[in-house]
Amino acid sequence: MAILEVEHLHKNFENTEVLKDISFSLEKGQVLSIIGSSGSGKTTLLRCLNFLEKPGGGRIRVNGETLFDAEDPGSMQESEIRKKRLHFGLVFQSFNLFPQYTALENVMLAKELLAKAQPDYKARKKEIHAEIESEAKSLLKQMGLADRMTNYPHQLSGGQCQRVAIARALALKPDILCFDEPTSALDPELTGEVLKVIKGLADQETTMIIVTHEMAFARDVSSHVLFMDDGCILEQGTPSEVFEHPKEERTKQFLSRFTNG
Amino acid sequence: MELITEQFPIVIHSLNIGFIQTLKLFFVTLLGAVPLGLLIAFGSMSKFRPLSYLMKVIVWIIRGTPLMIQLLIIYYFPGLVFGNSIWIGETGRFVAASVGFIFNYACYFSEIYRGGIQGVPKGQEEAGLVLGMTKSQIFFKVTLLQMIKRIVPPMSNEIITLVKDTSLARIIALQEIIWAGQSFLKGSQGIAGQIWPLFFTAVYYLIFNGVLTVLLGRLEKKLDYFR
Repeated sequence: MAILEVEHLHKNFENTEVLKDISFSLEKGQVLSIIGSSGSGKTTLLRCLNFLEKPGGGRIRVNGETLFDAEDPGSMQESEIRKKRLHFGLVFQSFNLFPQYTALENVMLAKELLAKAQPDYKARKKEIHAEIESEAKSLLKQMGLADRMTNYPHQLSGGQCQRVAIARALALKPDILCFDEPTSALDPELTGEVLKVIKGLADQETTMIIVTHEMAFARDVSSHVLFMDDGCILEQGTPSEVFEHPKEERTKQFLSRFTNG
Repeated sequence: MELITEQFPIVIHSLNIGFIQTLKLFFVTLLGAVPLGLLIAFGSMSKFRPLSYLMKVIVWIIRGTPLMIQLLIIYYFPGLVFGNSIWIGETGRFVAASVGFIFNYACYFSEIYRGGIQGVPKGQEEAGLVLGMTKSQIFFKVTLLQMIKRIVPPMSNEIITLVKDTSLARIIALQEIIWAGQSFLKGSQGIAGQIWPLFFTAVYYLIFNGVLTVLLGRLEKKLDYFR
């Protein structure tokens, strides 16, 4: 069974239709890349999945559980949304690390706040804290940041910040990890280190959705590719289907800019 | 010179008493205006239009007119309308001055807060949301400190201005340090026609503002560890 099913998703901003009838599904352990030009609705789609935007229509199901159904207003209650969000993780283009916390604290904060709601928190406070800390440390080590844990975001390079942000998202063990153009704010030199980390996660069969302009990377890392244009999924398939044998004229035109450039 | 050495202890004693009143007005204003400013800031950012317009009009009036005129209106208006003043004696004058100063400074503070709140990037809140935090957790654990960092420098400016602005309360005869200094011009405790006590009040303001500058600078430095 698919881990994620999106059916007929719609989204309007004022009078502009940003997402027009988006449907796709994703299997556990797979990597889905979403490509397309700016303004095609890729970022809005990710934001809808993370409940940062409220879709105007459609359904979102994770592991068979309906998280959002436009026909059921009850599925958008504030307290419910907070729990539902935890199925997804989101890594932003601009990192959005919390500047007043160290790399380690950034990774630990949300987990600690969630732990406080546990009934046995008071009794096992120290134990829980140590658990969260050791998990956060091993995540940062996995990201190649073992010697950067006590640094504040402004003391880190963009690539390091983004890797902290990835660790922060992973700390909550989301079912699906989303990336919104994770390397667009980085120097070409720093892009590689972030892509390497994402590739490593793909090799460990982390379920991911990646919005990206790095075509070579998308082709290399994905099990499935969506090409979005003007709020629609114009074409989808395996990387070789979309990149090597695109059916649509618009896809060919879009990809030619990357192969010729 | 001999005269001044005799006058000095008497004058200093009076100035000290006046300065205590100045300090009281300063702290009461801060205590009232810091929270009231936050309410006005939230009001002016409210999505409920009538409330935000009302707050903006109030801020416009208070910031658009001299504090001295506001003090005169607060002090004399009730007497003119109801026939007798509601502000009785030195306590009455202190309360009237406090009301004027608190409202005036709350309006200035509210604009500083608004800048601080709106200056925190939206991405901070969104990052908190996708990490499953509640709105209040995001406010207290993520955005609040970033706001404080943003507002400390402009607030320091206002606070230092407030120290000197307390002298405006002289206009309704609050017995603060300017009033105390001036009394030796007209004649008090056997000293008359002396202007140096009035000049000397500047030393009090200068020293107090020096202390505040150091303390506020330390606070600013404390928040320097992040950007």
